[in-house]
Amino acid sequence: MSPRRVVSPEEVFFRGVWRENPVLIQLLGLCPALAVTNTVANSLAMGLATFFVLVGSSTLVATFKRFIPREVRISAYILVIATFVTIADLVLNAVVPEIHRALGAFIALIVVNCMILGRQEAFASKQPVGRAILDAAGTGLGFIVALLMMGGLREVLGYGSFLGVPLFGPSFEPWIVMILPAGGFFALGFILLLFGWWAERKKEPVRPRRWPHGVTTEVFVGEGGAD
Amino acid sequence: MGDLLWILVSAMLVNNFTLMLFLGLCPFMGVSARVSTALRMGGANIFVLVITSMVASFLNAYVLPFAPYLRLISFIVVIASLVQIVETVIKKVSPALFRELGIFLPLITTNCAILGLAIFQTNRGYDFVEGLFYAIGGGLGLTLALVLMASIREQIEVADVPAMARGMGLVLIIAGSLSLAFMGFAGLFTS
Repeated sequence: MSPRRVVSPEEVFFRGVWRENPVLIQLLGLCPALAVTNTVANSLAMGLATFFVLVGSSTLVATFKRFIPREVRISAYILVIATFVTIADLVLNAVVPEIHRALGAFIALIVVNCMILGRQEAFASKQPVGRAILDAAGTGLGFIVALLMMGGLREVLGYGSFLGVPLFGPSFEPWIVMILPAGGFFALGFILLLFGWWAERKKEPVRPRRWPHGVTTEVFVGEGGAD
Repeated sequence: MGDLLWILVSAMLVNNFTLMLFLGLCPFMGVSARVSTALRMGGANIFVLVITSMVASFLNAYVLPFAPYLRLISFIVVIASLVQIVETVIKKVSPALFRELGIFLPLITTNCAILGLAIFQTNRGYDFVEGLFYAIGGGLGLTLALVLMASIREQIEVADVPAMARGMGLVLIIAGSLSLAFMGFAGLFTS
């Protein structure tokens, strides 16, 4: 189709899981990633629901891409996504009502998860069905991985438990802040800082700047190495 | 009147859409680099929020009692087409305003704050006027968070930040601190 290099099916799947992880690298779909990840169980339910919606709508969009007029494609994608979210909402309510209550309105808000619409627009609407499913499954898995990282971090620190099983015994003082809204920002922030640190340590060490740094750097790092 | 004021202040500060409920994070992260753009984005958001609230009240009163399972689909379709209409109308009526809001209007469609407002308003059973105050409060809160963030980020640009923190990691930590600060507003209504 295009002269770009051929992407193997494995790469289509795995790049969404880690190298182009929707939450940790692309920072898409942050609303659910921050809002409902205060416990591992909630994260898992939200991750699975999003995975289902993403794979379902990618399959449908890739199948019917020839019949969707370009002018109304975004509305068409949103309609498809909203249908699958309604299904997920009703199923969760029937199977695990207490988790459905905990997630609340955020199940419905999967509709406006930019990650899902982004995959439709960038991939499913241009590629064959099989690849679209692979891509959706990879991205969905990456979303689950990111949510579980966040949920694990927040539950272990905030409740001192994992999946409801206490880890540290009675003398542990839980970090209440991690289960509050602020904790969501902090958890993702710390994970990103960790990634930044990891990326930095692989690079060349930075030469320390001379003493009055931050004031007039140009004078010291000017051409010809005046310093 | 007291009730309405409570709804307004609660939506703006205590349950701030962005910092407490995580709604509208995409613009919060995406267009909070400059105070001027943040203000415009906030304005566009308030505008769409108010219109959405009115339409959601109408749908709740006249359409959805007959088909409750269509709630989500009808909300999102109405919001998407509404933004489209608003964009066209503004372009026709006030080209200057259109240039100001620019790309922000279409972006708003996939802003969780808009759909979130419609759903929360329905869940809490707000009537037309209450919904209107909720929308204005929520929009003001969103703008407040955006502008706060943008002014901090303008300062960061000239600061000497460690290499590993360049990028979104630091922005998220700041957002967390802002969120902690906003928790203080929870004490406003206890007396």
